[in-house]
Amino acid sequence: MNWGAWGVQTIQVLLALAIAPLFAAWLQMLRSLLQNRRPAGLGQAYRDLRRLFHKESLLPEGSSWLFRFSPYVLFGTKVMALTLVPLVAVNLPLARAADVIALVGLLAVARVFQVLAAMDTGTAFADLGAHREMLVSALAEPALLTAFFIASLLAGSTSLSTIALHAQQGMFSLHPSMVFAATAFFLVLLIENARIPVDNPATHLELTMIHEAMLLEYSGRHLALLEWGAQVKLLLYVAMGIALFFPWEIADQANPVALLLACLAFVGKLFLAAPILALVETLLAKKRLFRVPEFAASAFLFGVIGLLTHFMLGA
Amino acid sequence: MHPAMDWFSLPSLLKFLAAWMLLLSFALLAQRRLLSLIHLLAWQGVTLAVITSLVAQLTDDRLLWLSAALTFALKGLLVPTLLHRILRRLQVRGDVEMSLNVTSTQLIGIVLVIFAFALAAPLSGALPAVTHGMLGIALAAFLLAFLMMITRRKAISEVVGFLAMDNALFFAATSATLGMPLIVELGIALDALIAFVILGVFFFHIRESFESLDLHWLERLREDQ
Amino acid sequence: MILLWLLGSAIVGVPILALWGDGRKGRWLFIAINFLVLSCSVLAAKDFLQQGPLAAMGEELRMDAFSLILVLLNSVVGMMTAWFSAGYWQQEVQHHHFGKGRQRLYHAMFQSFLATMLLALLSNNLGILWVALEGATLSTVLLVSLLLSCESLEAAWKYFILCGVGLAMALFGTVLLYFAAQPVLGTGAQALLWSALHHHAASLNGTVMALAFVFILVGYGTKVGLAPLNSWLPDAHAAGPSTVSAVLSGLLLNVALYAILRYKSLADAALGPAFASRLLLVFGLLSLLLAAFSMLRQHDVKRLFAYSSAEHMGIICIAFGLGGPLAIFAGVLHMLGHSLAKTSVFFSVGRAIQESDSRELEDLHGILASRPVLGWSLLLSVLAILGMPPGSLFLSEFLIVVASVQHAWFITPLLLLGLGTAFAAILPRLLQMLYGAPNSPKVILSGKDLRPAFLQILAVMTLGIWIPVSLDGWMHSIVGILQ
Repeated sequence: MNWGAWGVQTIQVLLALAIAPLFAAWLQMLRSLLQNRRPAGLGQAYRDLRRLFHKESLLPEGSSWLFRFSPYVLFGTKVMALTLVPLVAVNLPLARAADVIALVGLLAVARVFQVLAAMDTGTAFADLGAHREMLVSALAEPALLTAFFIASLLAGSTSLSTIALHAQQGMFSLHPSMVFAATAFFLVLLIENARIPVDNPATHLELTMIHEAMLLEYSGRHLALLEWGAQVKLLLYVAMGIALFFPWEIADQANPVALLLACLAFVGKLFLAAPILALVETLLAKKRLFRVPEFAASAFLFGVIGLLTHFMLGA
Repeated sequence: MHPAMDWFSLPSLLKFLAAWMLLLSFALLAQRRLLSLIHLLAWQGVTLAVITSLVAQLTDDRLLWLSAALTFALKGLLVPTLLHRILRRLQVRGDVEMSLNVTSTQLIGIVLVIFAFALAAPLSGALPAVTHGMLGIALAAFLLAFLMMITRRKAISEVVGFLAMDNALFFAATSATLGMPLIVELGIALDALIAFVILGVFFFHIRESFESLDLHWLERLREDQ
Repeated sequence: MILLWLLGSAIVGVPILALWGDGRKGRWLFIAINFLVLSCSVLAAKDFLQQGPLAAMGEELRMDAFSLILVLLNSVVGMMTAWFSAGYWQQEVQHHHFGKGRQRLYHAMFQSFLATMLLALLSNNLGILWVALEGATLSTVLLVSLLLSCESLEAAWKYFILCGVGLAMALFGTVLLYFAAQPVLGTGAQALLWSALHHHAASLNGTVMALAFVFILVGYGTKVGLAPLNSWLPDAHAAGPSTVSAVLSGLLLNVALYAILRYKSLADAALGPAFASRLLLVFGLLSLLLAAFSMLRQHDVKRLFAYSSAEHMGIICIAFGLGGPLAIFAGVLHMLGHSLAKTSVFFSVGRAIQESDSRELEDLHGILASRPVLGWSLLLSVLAILGMPPGSLFLSEFLIVVASVQHAWFITPLLLLGLGTAFAAILPRLLQMLYGAPNSPKVILSGKDLRPAFLQILAVMTLGIWIPVSLDGWMHSIVGILQ
């Protein structure tokens, strides 16, 4: 048993769990600044989570075990996904358990449970959100898969660690197909994490909600877990993007210096990723719901062109 | 050398930018708003200028540097600004009318891309490191711009599609053949200039003739007979 | 040297007419400049007879038999049009109250159009050929929209965009050709010279040449008026002044086809004759049939004859697609005959429209009774364009049918169907125009205005019976070039 590697693994997961609310708060702060509002401060997400954990959790009448069970399932799958993605180091023990396809599958499991729980409540808005979520994700998932396929084809393996290692050696960052993969991935990131232009995470208008609608009935610790889970999901996607496209300084050895450097690099990249995301969100407007499937289809087709570029042009 | 430095080898940078060209062409197909069309066109012009300067660096051809500067000035700045002004003056409303919905257009675009890649795959150029795959991308970008022209109904989007075709052509000429003979390039530039002057005269006439009639004729093509 | 004089006199006419092209002096200057161009081309023909192919500017300009015939045709028709335009334009200016600026624009753009076509015919550099054709298109855009009515502006816009797209495709084809030529001839201007390429054509990459030819055919084919991208043709030809329609139909279509044929000769050497010929044949047949059937529905006289131009271009493409000495000879003869006859048709129709102030067929009737000279010119020119003997179009169409029976008998019925439909579409309308109740009292129109039309009709009739020996010789050498 390689205690060092397990230790790194645990540290990685804990680091991610701790940073996720911070990242979300940093993103929110940038958005506020860009929109000329007063930011709420970097600790706001932590304060929100603490508040929610202290509150009583109410259950809707007529809801079943699914409702209570889902937040834990969601959070659990997100944590499991964190073990798969190389945040600060590659070739960690649990990373060998699954590859990118399984990762997408894990996220799909989370989604299914969230949707079922929303439908379980029996209220109209949650149901609405659930339907919309499935519509949008049905188109976004293939897009994500094509982006991953391109990266796997270039690296010769579907394991995210191998992909990251290959990318690190500068072998395919500038391939034309990776350009398309990056675009597809970015669009899916916007879709899956309920960012503008797909869904406004700060909206209170139920008729325009996709993700928020499914959380309407939750309260207390369940809501805390779901919020935290959503923040972890955002971090996860950004980390996946970093691992695929900007993977330098991810440690591939277990020595402490490399690990420290990797942690700093990771935090630095997150710091830089947030302004880009905030800028995109501020400059674009939210699309009408009927245009969102088009958006997702575009993402998929970008991925397809990337695959074509790879296969037919050998690039 | 640090692995990241591998980024800066010219052929791979060229391939990267070529992919950007194709991406922008495909993105043009997906746009519904006229303003975003013009912005994407501007970005294409800038990408083209960067590509031309990279090729100039690769072949040490002085004239290509001039060509790159002209491209940036004309296609990246002047043309989009003019189009923007025309949009505002004629008060054309923001959305583009289409003959097909966006997703179908994009699917046809994919078919065209496959077609273009298939045609160009067996061809390799004078400098294999640079031109392999470039002709395919250029052809694909060209066909996508052509598709954009024929599936749009408003005149401004036709002009944008036409300019995108022009960009793809220029890309083909610079990357696949490393520039055309000087006299031909000068001739083409002269023609482009005259075409723009004529376009300007055209829009002037339209403003003169249609200001009071409120016809918005630029928004629909004439029905035959 | 003579080539430079020829081209120079045409080009220098543009700024001259831009400055002094209004009023009476403008019309006379226009005739004078085109007379100068005609004389230079006759001198060039004389030089050709003595020396063979002429070249200038270090092989950038070159005149072989094919360019010579078309240059002569262009200069003759240009001269005739300038002559006709004197009377026609005077009338138009009075009718529409065109100001000096508009008159100068008309003459300058017209001259620029003729000059760029000349450059296209004389250029040995295929890139410059493109530049010249684009220049010709741009010159005519403003001419088509000269009247500034809704209809003409829209027609000019459609023309601008569609021909722009076509020429963009043709430029792509040119780039591809350059791409194929680079390994063989190196970079630099010599890789685009037709004469050098023709010499080395067999060593050009076949796939690239095939791709290039397809783009060229679709691209320049748009300018020739081949289906399916010819929807600009009826609009543009109908909307401008009749002199502009005449040269668009009579000259520009020929020059665009000339460009295609230059590329075809290269593609044939690189790929074998079947590929390019089949494509030309298919497109020609398609254009012929579509144009012929569209003619049945027309009620605007200029649109009718515009479709007729598309139809004849289809026939010429079929001729060149069939290949073989007989068909090529017939094709070139048809190009000559069609130019001369179609321009006379447009001259006559233009006068008729001026007289009755309307382009609709129902407003044109009884011309033979009220304007006998005009009526006769209309009758003879339309009969010539319909392919009645003794016009040369009869001869060329007959030869094409014979060639099609020899080489590709399955298209003969379609060819005959197209020709027959066109005949059936035009003849009744002609008769309707000529006979019936006259709508104005009889005026013996001074034949002055229509002398060019009559001269051209005479030329067509003559060519149908007798072809001068030198012309015959040149046409046979064209067969050699294009085989």
